[in-house]
Amino acid sequence: MFRNQYDTDVTTWSPAGRLFQVEYAMEAVKQGSAAIGLRSKTHIVLGCVNKANSELSSHQKKIFKVDDHIGVAIAGLTADGRVLSRYMRNECINYSFTYESPLPVGRLVVQLADKAQVCTQRSWKRPYGVGLLVAGLDESGAHLYYNCPSGNYFEYQAFAIGSRSQAAKTYLERRFKNFSDSSRDNLVKDALMAIRETLQGETLKSSICTVAVVGVGEPFHILDQETVQQMIDAFEIVGEQEGPAAEPDAAAAAAAGQEAAAADQGGSTEEGVAPMDI
Amino acid sequence: MNFTVSKQPENCLLGPESDSQRTLYPYVTGTSVVALKYKDGILMAADMGGSYGSTLRYKNVERMKPIGKHSLLGASGEISDFQEILRYLDDLILYDNMWDDGNSLGPKEVHNYLTRVMYNRRNKFNPLWNSLVLGGVKKGEKYLGTVSMIGVNFEDNHVATGFGNHLARPILRQDWHENLSFEDGVKLLEKCMRVLLYRDRSAINKLQIAKITEEGVTISQPYSLKTYWEFSAFANPAQGAVGTW
Repeated sequence: MFRNQYDTDVTTWSPAGRLFQVEYAMEAVKQGSAAIGLRSKTHIVLGCVNKANSELSSHQKKIFKVDDHIGVAIAGLTADGRVLSRYMRNECINYSFTYESPLPVGRLVVQLADKAQVCTQRSWKRPYGVGLLVAGLDESGAHLYYNCPSGNYFEYQAFAIGSRSQAAKTYLERRFKNFSDSSRDNLVKDALMAIRETLQGETLKSSICTVAVVGVGEPFHILDQETVQQMIDAFEIVGEQEGPAAEPDAAAAAAAGQEAAAADQGGSTEEGVAPMDI
Repeated sequence: MNFTVSKQPENCLLGPESDSQRTLYPYVTGTSVVALKYKDGILMAADMGGSYGSTLRYKNVERMKPIGKHSLLGASGEISDFQEILRYLDDLILYDNMWDDGNSLGPKEVHNYLTRVMYNRRNKFNPLWNSLVLGGVKKGEKYLGTVSMIGVNFEDNHVATGFGNHLARPILRQDWHENLSFEDGVKLLEKCMRVLLYRDRSAINKLQIAKITEEGVTISQPYSLKTYWEFSAFANPAQGAVGTW
């Protein structure tokens, strides 16, 4: 995207009907490190790549437990993500206190989306620069939602956000039809494979990724490092050689092509559909 | 010159909140509600009386109402406060329905919401002067709970309010068992209501029995119980009592 005269304020429309500040916020999500989520009928798995700034520092927390039945993985401005997680935890605990019952995920997601929308319609605010993958269980089953800085939310069988997420998405697209009836362990395995896709040939180790699970009879929790490493070792031996180096390159080229097409040339004509409208 | 008399003494520093009033006593009241779990759901009974002190003033008061799809609420105590609670619940169920998302508030949620309301009002020294019975069925799970005006709440297989606690619960403790049939449940409730009718002076012989199952709520037409007043103990209550003549 290029700078233009309609992108200073979130409350300024472009002639093509776009809010550039919101779109820039969505760019921030694309710059964050990858987060993926996938679900079956009874379980949802969230995974993310943890890159520390240097060997000396610890990595940033990107997966948060919101309640026993809800968890969230974020990509983008982690500070915004932390604040929104605190909001979600608050909503869940208040609902639990009043009704002694877990807050239905679908309702939390709508509240979150409404909160994000407010920031797209106030001149003194800015949109949250974080995308959230919300995983939760309620009486209507297992759910995975994606909440966008634009205030939109979508439900998914599987999704990936952040940098090099296209590679993970391609992997998930090929397999998602089987996820519904997948066992919990196979779901975790698929999550790890999807994370590996985003690493572009780098070795997958438990020190650079985090995996969390929530399911029927299993409250939301983050798997500890040894368990994750064991699972990585377990499937790496049986490993599927799909040439992980080749896939991300092709995917990256396609992604770059998309971005060029969407770039705005001074706001005169509409190059592509605004991302938040999809 | 000042012709009005203020409610507060001159040195009162309370400010605007001292102009509002707090519930001190109830005016129009309903008496006991009795309820039990049976095979298919919950059965609840309450008479239709609204007493104004010792006068049995209103004789067509419905003290049990359905709430949403899954719950039934019965109340004893101040009738106007019960109507206020129904208004709160109306709003609650409306907003719940407006989500239109396949989730709905079940009896457990409604019971806990009411507990919060009752307890918060009690903390402000402005209680809703009621004892509530909340029963329902959701996804096959039966639920029966009660909340008092001070926020005391619990669930059980059978509950009662007011005099019902003293006269009906002992009968229920003896005769209640799991998986009562509908007919046995009604018979048991009528046994309790009959005792209350004989012994509670604010009870009237016009009652309704309500049933809630997975299918929904049914509240019976008002009817009366057969009573027998010719027991010798009733005819001559003081006979043999020490100190009478």
